[in-house]
Amino acid sequence: MARAEGHLRCQRYAIGRSLSLSCSAHRSQPIRAPAFDPRIAPAASLRGFAPSYSLVPPATESAISLFLLKRLATFVATLLAASALIFAMLDILPGNAAEVMLGATATPEAVQALTVKLGLDRPPLERYGLWMKGLATGDLGISVSYDTPIAPLIVERLAVTLPLALMAMALTTVLALGLGLYAASHHNRPGDVGVMTASQIGLAIPNFWFAILLILLFAVKLQWFSAGGFPGWDDGIWNAFKALVLPAVALAVVQAAILARITRSAVLDVMREDFVRTARAKGLSRRAVLWRHVLRNAFVPVLTVMGLQFASLLAGTIVAENVFSLPGLGRLVFQAIANRDLGVVRNVVMLLAASVIVINFLVDVLYVVVDPRLKTSHG
Amino acid sequence: MAELAVGVGPLPSASAWRRALHHPSFAMGGVLVLLLLATAALSWVWTPHAATEIDIAHRLELPSARHWLGTDGFGRDVASLLIVGARNSIAVGIVAVGIGIAFGVALGLLAAARRGWVEEAVMRLSDFTFAFPALLSAIMLTAIYGPGLYTSIVAIGIFNIPVFARITRAAANAIWSREFVLAARACGKGAWRITIEHVLPNIASLLIVQATIQFALAILGEAALSYLGLGTQPPQPSWGRMLNEAQGMMFKAPQLAIWPGLAIALSVLGLNLMGDGLRDLMDPRLARKR
Repeated sequence: MARAEGHLRCQRYAIGRSLSLSCSAHRSQPIRAPAFDPRIAPAASLRGFAPSYSLVPPATESAISLFLLKRLATFVATLLAASALIFAMLDILPGNAAEVMLGATATPEAVQALTVKLGLDRPPLERYGLWMKGLATGDLGISVSYDTPIAPLIVERLAVTLPLALMAMALTTVLALGLGLYAASHHNRPGDVGVMTASQIGLAIPNFWFAILLILLFAVKLQWFSAGGFPGWDDGIWNAFKALVLPAVALAVVQAAILARITRSAVLDVMREDFVRTARAKGLSRRAVLWRHVLRNAFVPVLTVMGLQFASLLAGTIVAENVFSLPGLGRLVFQAIANRDLGVVRNVVMLLAASVIVINFLVDVLYVVVDPRLKTSHG
Repeated sequence: MAELAVGVGPLPSASAWRRALHHPSFAMGGVLVLLLLATAALSWVWTPHAATEIDIAHRLELPSARHWLGTDGFGRDVASLLIVGARNSIAVGIVAVGIGIAFGVALGLLAAARRGWVEEAVMRLSDFTFAFPALLSAIMLTAIYGPGLYTSIVAIGIFNIPVFARITRAAANAIWSREFVLAARACGKGAWRITIEHVLPNIASLLIVQATIQFALAILGEAALSYLGLGTQPPQPSWGRMLNEAQGMMFKAPQLAIWPGLAIALSVLGLNLMGDGLRDLMDPRLARKR
């Protein structure tokens, strides 16, 4: 339970970043050093620690604009750096990528032919420039193993991965907010202890094992769902949806364990604030205070984690797709590794890394919309 | 001056450890972790059967006196595989957390001691590394070097570096703002000496707590990578690999999918509980607040 508090504090530090746009004046304030769990607090990882927002005065409109501009610049720089690293790892580091793709038994002629076909005989900087141009225009080159353009291949697989991630995120949110609020409003009572115990267990369970257990129960024993596979959206929305239910549940339950702890801690933390006491003293009912004041404020750290969980869900789908044999991005990248199709690996990894970066940027921007303190300062 | 928060303080004394044994979370987690360590240690000297011994005639047997947890699809003793698999998980955990501590703590201390552009550079670098979860790093490394135990260790280790860099820098900054550091500077001590003599001992307890969390995550990460075929390769036993093999025989022998998952979950639960307990013990105010 202590960890949840620590996590919350992590989030608040991250949030503080968005509000403490000129926080150097507050450096003499206590700087707390929370423990850090990347499953729960990667938000802080992507933004950095700063003093708690309660210490910081409301930001002005120009300060917010400056923050957003700075954040936009960091976002673009991070995207470029990520693309450079991926390119260096998968294009330059292996030496001749054509040799890696064809394996040790390939003839020099075959290697030379593939080198020319993939444009690997050009200088690295030119190849990187072409890839960047391709990313902007949607021309990602040709897959060696499928012998088709990579972009449509990725789009086709996204039709499985994206709905799966969205379903899992929706389920995570409903479960976590419900359980977190319930636990906070029953603080230190059996309901709270039950939720916290369940979430502690949820944190320890590997999602792929939970997925296997779900298959054992719902596919092998009860036979309500199939053990894997995806019929495609053309086979009817219901059938396709049904095929994604178990994978989404497997992903969501473990993530919900994390988010429920954050929600509980965030709500409890806000409930200890002076303005909540004032609202209660004014005669507002506990329920009214919870809905009108507490939730709005508690939502900021919860939003941070939700944004990051969506990013990690995208990566988590790689595992879930393998457990349930779903033809999504995860399967695509594994087949690409097996076939040494480095072009596909490079583009899928870039897409997943970019998703993490984009979502974190959006979460930062959303603070301005969600946080009541910032809204007030807008006038 | 400023109060110090969670876990920032010198290493606990012997009496503190005695108090720790009476803390339910720490005690329960400690028992599970000790069980994990003992199992791994036992695997070096004794296993019920040879873990890699294939016995097709006795494949997919149910638990019995001869095979406590039954046998797998190759007739290997599941209990022996689990015992040897513990060794693997611990090895990955230790090395991956070691990589994180060695590089991350050094970077964090450097950032706190130097501040300015060094701190900014270290922090931006850690931000950037977080865009590559262990799974993505492992995918890239596997695409070039092929799957294996070392690939998974490096991938998990790289992900640990920014975690430790961040936590170290935050905690070290807090220590640098204390009066005793000011006094040390007034005495003419340099940044390097202050870091070694004052900062590091004062953030050690926090780093230990963090190490337990990262250890748990490393076990989960290794299991996932092995399950996907990116980590430990056969015939070396691994809990994740066992689950992968068990899934193929789910209709014939569903019990095989239970034991390795349970072993992973109990190990991670133990480390998590121990981490929670340690944090409570190091910051009693937080425990009271809850």
